[in-house]
Amino acid sequence: MKTYVPPKFKVIRDPARCIQCQVCVNQCSFDTNYYDRDDNEVRSREENCVACHRCVAFCPGGALTITRNPLDYRENLNWGREDIEDIWRQAESGGMLLTGMGNDKGCRIYWDHLLLNASQVTNPSIDPLREPMELTTFLGRKPDRVTFSQDTLRLDTELPPQVGLDVPVMFSAMSYGAVSLNVHESLARAATEMGTLWNTGEGGLHPSLYRYGNNTIVQVASGRFGVQASYLNAGRIVEIKIGQGAKPGIGGHLPAEKVSADVSLTRMIPKGTDALSPAPQHDIYSIEDLTQLIYALKEATNYRKPVSVKIAAVHNSAAIASGMVRAGADIIVLDGLRGATGAAPKVIRDNVGIPIELALASVDARLRQEGIRNQASLVVSGGIRNSGDVAKAIALGADAVYIGTAALIALGCHVCQQCHTGKCAWGICTTDLGLTRRINPEIGARRLANLLRGWSLEIKDMLGGMGVNALESLRGNRLHLRGVGLTDTELEILGVRMAGS
Amino acid sequence: MKDIWKINNPHNDDKVIDACSIFGAMDVTGRRFSGEGVIKAITNMHDRSNGLGGGFAIYGLFPDHADNYAFHIMYLSAAAKTQTEQFLKDNFQVITDEMVPTRAVKGINNPPLFWRYFIEVDSRKPLDITADDYVVSKVMQVNTGIDDVFVFSSGKNMGVFKGVGYPEQIADFFCLEQYKGYLWTAHGRFPTNTPGWWGGAHPFSLLDWTVVHNGEISSYGINRRYLEQFGYHCTMQTDTEVVAYAVDLLIRKHCLPVELVAKVLAPPFWNEINRQNNGQKELLLTLRQVYGSLLLNGPFTVIIAHTGEMIGLTDRIRLRPLTVGEKGNMLYLSSEESAIRLISPELDSVWTPVGGEPVIGRLGQPLPSRRALAVTGVM
Repeated sequence: MKTYVPPKFKVIRDPARCIQCQVCVNQCSFDTNYYDRDDNEVRSREENCVACHRCVAFCPGGALTITRNPLDYRENLNWGREDIEDIWRQAESGGMLLTGMGNDKGCRIYWDHLLLNASQVTNPSIDPLREPMELTTFLGRKPDRVTFSQDTLRLDTELPPQVGLDVPVMFSAMSYGAVSLNVHESLARAATEMGTLWNTGEGGLHPSLYRYGNNTIVQVASGRFGVQASYLNAGRIVEIKIGQGAKPGIGGHLPAEKVSADVSLTRMIPKGTDALSPAPQHDIYSIEDLTQLIYALKEATNYRKPVSVKIAAVHNSAAIASGMVRAGADIIVLDGLRGATGAAPKVIRDNVGIPIELALASVDARLRQEGIRNQASLVVSGGIRNSGDVAKAIALGADAVYIGTAALIALGCHVCQQCHTGKCAWGICTTDLGLTRRINPEIGARRLANLLRGWSLEIKDMLGGMGVNALESLRGNRLHLRGVGLTDTELEILGVRMAGS
Repeated sequence: MKDIWKINNPHNDDKVIDACSIFGAMDVTGRRFSGEGVIKAITNMHDRSNGLGGGFAIYGLFPDHADNYAFHIMYLSAAAKTQTEQFLKDNFQVITDEMVPTRAVKGINNPPLFWRYFIEVDSRKPLDITADDYVVSKVMQVNTGIDDVFVFSSGKNMGVFKGVGYPEQIADFFCLEQYKGYLWTAHGRFPTNTPGWWGGAHPFSLLDWTVVHNGEISSYGINRRYLEQFGYHCTMQTDTEVVAYAVDLLIRKHCLPVELVAKVLAPPFWNEINRQNNGQKELLLTLRQVYGSLLLNGPFTVIIAHTGEMIGLTDRIRLRPLTVGEKGNMLYLSSEESAIRLISPELDSVWTPVGGEPVIGRLGQPLPSRRALAVTGVM
């Protein structure tokens, strides 16, 4: 069937600069650029171009420009280009539309409507270049109080397991199979270097990465891929994945062609078979079932590791989170509407879930109202783009954040949203051995560590500006936030006041 | 006094911001002395306040009524007095009451009416709460439920005297030269976002705990939210109130010794904690992990006092001043050394404590410089 979907991008090749070297041909994994031997000329099949800019970055002559295909349909505020072309795609395929990365729609980004405070006159700002500035934070359940044996003043309180982070930014769950082993190694090495944690995702932990266990969060998801005693005990934290912000309420599907020998080994499934994660965890149909899984994992790890539970931010997050804390979760992870994925049905990614800022504000407030906020740490993910977002998340009440997309961008991701194709030209979201070599773990780790280093410096500057020298003085301190361009209801849910008030 | 914050914080700012002079004097033998020196010392720091608040706390004030709660109440109307006195009769046994002596002072305009009640808790108290908790809850009821009244002092054998004016005017107004106590604290206030309100001056008091405070606590937002989890509601929106409630929670409810309370409010840095030996490291680490939300961050010096004890503490990087002086059995704490020298020129010792290190004067115990800091054996 002839497709009616026109090319989205144009590849413009400057003939004066192009030397027909074919670098663009070799770099393109989407089969866009090709060499015409007869004419001795490099050409492009523009309908394949996804604007990943791999060819642009590597063209030695700077001959390539990728631009939007200036295709004008008749003006219509109801039927936009995406609406029309999506219908063509479905009319031609008869299937669900798949996509990668996070929600790219214009749903309000609340970070951009929140502003931070700084000290002037009545209290001094603190200069992080000259004074200590502390970003350390500890994840894990805290008791309501500390107790001592009365006469000797010896500490009676024994804390449940705590995990310290030197910087309150962790790498979000991205499974081996969805991303490559080199990406996992880059994340693991950077997390180790920077004193933070990375997350295996639901695909198990490759044997070569067990040595980074001290900086690893091992995930247990509905498919239970790779879950075994040594896996659970290799990590620092065990995370139960209930849901994911990009696709709340549905499971996952790693296609058989991505299940290579190594992926098969790590996931503990036969090579070349589909890896299907059911939508729910089939042993959790209710909150009391969650308690059982939490305690099963605590038993399996001898109560030495905090157990985290990750949910997608949905309408009733506050009530659900409260139940999770009471069920024994030591860490609550909320993944918001803009959380990314290796593959999801487009309609789910774009329409299900709520923005993380609102979920975070309401969960933190609810746990405080119920007097159980200290019983679990709160981690958020889904749309954290820079250190300003991190600081605002902490001020709204988060203990730490996860970054996924931002970490991949550090590795070279150009957010072209083709993760689901397995053809990632940057070698990130693919298991094609030819492509995965494009990530060198040594350089990848350096880029990721640099990102965290830069953000740490920036967070310290912001903290010092607010006149505090420890992260815990910003955590949940919403007086350091003001809102702009928000309605009264939005301000009320966020628990912040209008700028100027 | 309904909607205290409307009076105390009329612009609805996040919190009341002020800077100040503070002074404390204590005779650790318990000898009661007149306040003349303290008044002279705080007067010497006149320029640190702006006439919008001054106050004093005196301990060992009522030896004849040492076992009674001494309520000091300010009234703005006669109706309030009638209503409040009925409330007191309905809930307590009022042993005796009297007008708090005052005199007219130039610059002190429209003062409220001040009255003092000596009170006993009797069988009307529910069995499952302590007398202290009962008193706290009733004081809160008066302060938030009845118009035109504010209970500003409710401890035993102590009293708070405070109002709008320079501290020396307040001392004159309340005839403080007539009183004697073994422990005095004093405060001169420089608020930036509140017109003077008599109840908003320092010391801030809950039972026999008083706090005088110089500083602005930048962590106020989270300190307040943490305390709310334990049922404290910061009706006055001042950082001083947060200090008082934090101390009440940690000492009275969680039974922490004062030395460890200091490690909660002004904890050592993580790398300092990591350098400690094992037992000490575990203790400090646990305290900071559990009570991180009570870290008072930003510039402050406080003098916290209660029966038999006076504690001086600064924030952990000492962004506000505190000087300690000792002479004989006297311990002095002050924003400025000059104020101490004025009334006790030949000090035995004088020093500036390290940020976050508490200076503690205790009745019947040697002065700080003469005892090891390891008072409790845990430090």
